[in-house]
Amino acid sequence: MDPVIRFRSAVALAGNFPVLAGVDLDVTRGEVVLVRGSNGAGKTSLLRACAGLLRVVAGEAEVLGSDLVRDQRAVRRRVGLLGHATALYDELSARDNIRFALRAAGAPVGAAGPAMEQLGLDGRLAGTRVASLSAGQRRRVALAILVARNPELWLLDEPHAGLDADYRDLLDGFIAGAARAGSTVLLASHEADRAGPLATTVVTVGGGVVTGVSAGPPAGPAGAGSAGAGSAGAGIEPEVAGHVA
Amino acid sequence: MWRDALVVGGKDLRVELQSRVTTTQVAPYAILVLLLFGFAFDQDHAVLTKTAAGLFWVAVLLCSLLAVQRSYAIEAVDGARDGLRLSGLDPAGIFIGKAVAVAVQLVVLEVLLGLGVVILFGTKLHDPALLILSALCATVGLAAAGTVYGMIASGLRVRETLLPLLILPVVAPVLLGATQSWMAALGTSSTDGWKWLSLLGSFAVIYVAAGILSFSTLVEES
Repeated sequence: MDPVIRFRSAVALAGNFPVLAGVDLDVTRGEVVLVRGSNGAGKTSLLRACAGLLRVVAGEAEVLGSDLVRDQRAVRRRVGLLGHATALYDELSARDNIRFALRAAGAPVGAAGPAMEQLGLDGRLAGTRVASLSAGQRRRVALAILVARNPELWLLDEPHAGLDADYRDLLDGFIAGAARAGSTVLLASHEADRAGPLATTVVTVGGGVVTGVSAGPPAGPAGAGSAGAGSAGAGIEPEVAGHVA
Repeated sequence: MWRDALVVGGKDLRVELQSRVTTTQVAPYAILVLLLFGFAFDQDHAVLTKTAAGLFWVAVLLCSLLAVQRSYAIEAVDGARDGLRLSGLDPAGIFIGKAVAVAVQLVVLEVLLGLGVVILFGTKLHDPALLILSALCATVGLAAAGTVYGMIASGLRVRETLLPLLILPVVAPVLLGATQSWMAALGTSSTDGWKWLSLLGSFAVIYVAAGILSFSTLVEES
């Protein structure tokens, strides 16, 4: 089995607060891992740490063979993160945002066209300023960047939020396709009924640590047995202010 | 590094072209500052002509604060800064790209303000080479220092008010050197403007080097 994520007692701080308080986690290539847990359990922090955006200050943390404790930047071009924020520039068009993101990441700009077409961003929307797009359309632009980049590790934080039924189905297809193609997907979601069937592994986090790992889709409510709160199909989680999301 | 600088600088300039903040807000502000200086010294045109260089560079300095704040404001919206970090760009490339974009905007404003100074203050040019070289060195210095301190302030909630406090003392040598150099170039002072140009050049080199060396830490920690 080809390890993609290997965390041992990994600790990450936001200010002085340990948002990851000793995480142990193993993920291998091609897995689709559903990360569950209540609000503030550390799901977003875990994804950000895997992306090299949150510094791991103690323990061991390796992602795609890069030691994040020594160099958190090394892995960034090989992972893609779709978070609560879309990381788009309001003044630029959807097309210009996607092209910039691909150039910045050293990915071929030619991949923009097919991704935009798949996500219904061709035609009029392509040249529309992002500031004029709806939340769902902005989400599709961010998703198009991820699809065009086709990273080795997909980090998805509540990826279904803001998308309508058709694009939710499309997103599920992308996730399944990425895993089939050998990429690995880490998916944080409260929508267990939606994200659950996609998962090969379910990881439950609570209090900044992994409290449970099981194979296959989850049977119970999100965070059941350890983190507590949350329920299957709970819907869109609002952005949580502070150091843990 | 250079490729990344091109990508970031091109993006920042494209954002400015689309938003037109520089042309519709900063440029009118700069002209307004010149006009107010003109009103304040209107009683004595000789004083106005003699102080034109200083007034010009004070106006440029105020505009540079706006340009730097704008450069980081676009990264503060909707997680754009995380997107920049996640793209794996070379921090030195980010620094150079952002500084070049600020410098390009400042050059445009300087041309506009220069015309304003000639028309409003009636200044005459004695040494165009000194004037142009001084302007280039001062612009590089302002853009580089502004980009470094803009990044330091960008992670703070009070960044809008803190940035001028951080930058203004640091770029005081630029204001002094550019003013003295321009006074010589405009023939309003007998000082050796080329000596002041060497100070401007040294300052520019120091701040570009400091930015390249420090930006990796600043991008991660600010």
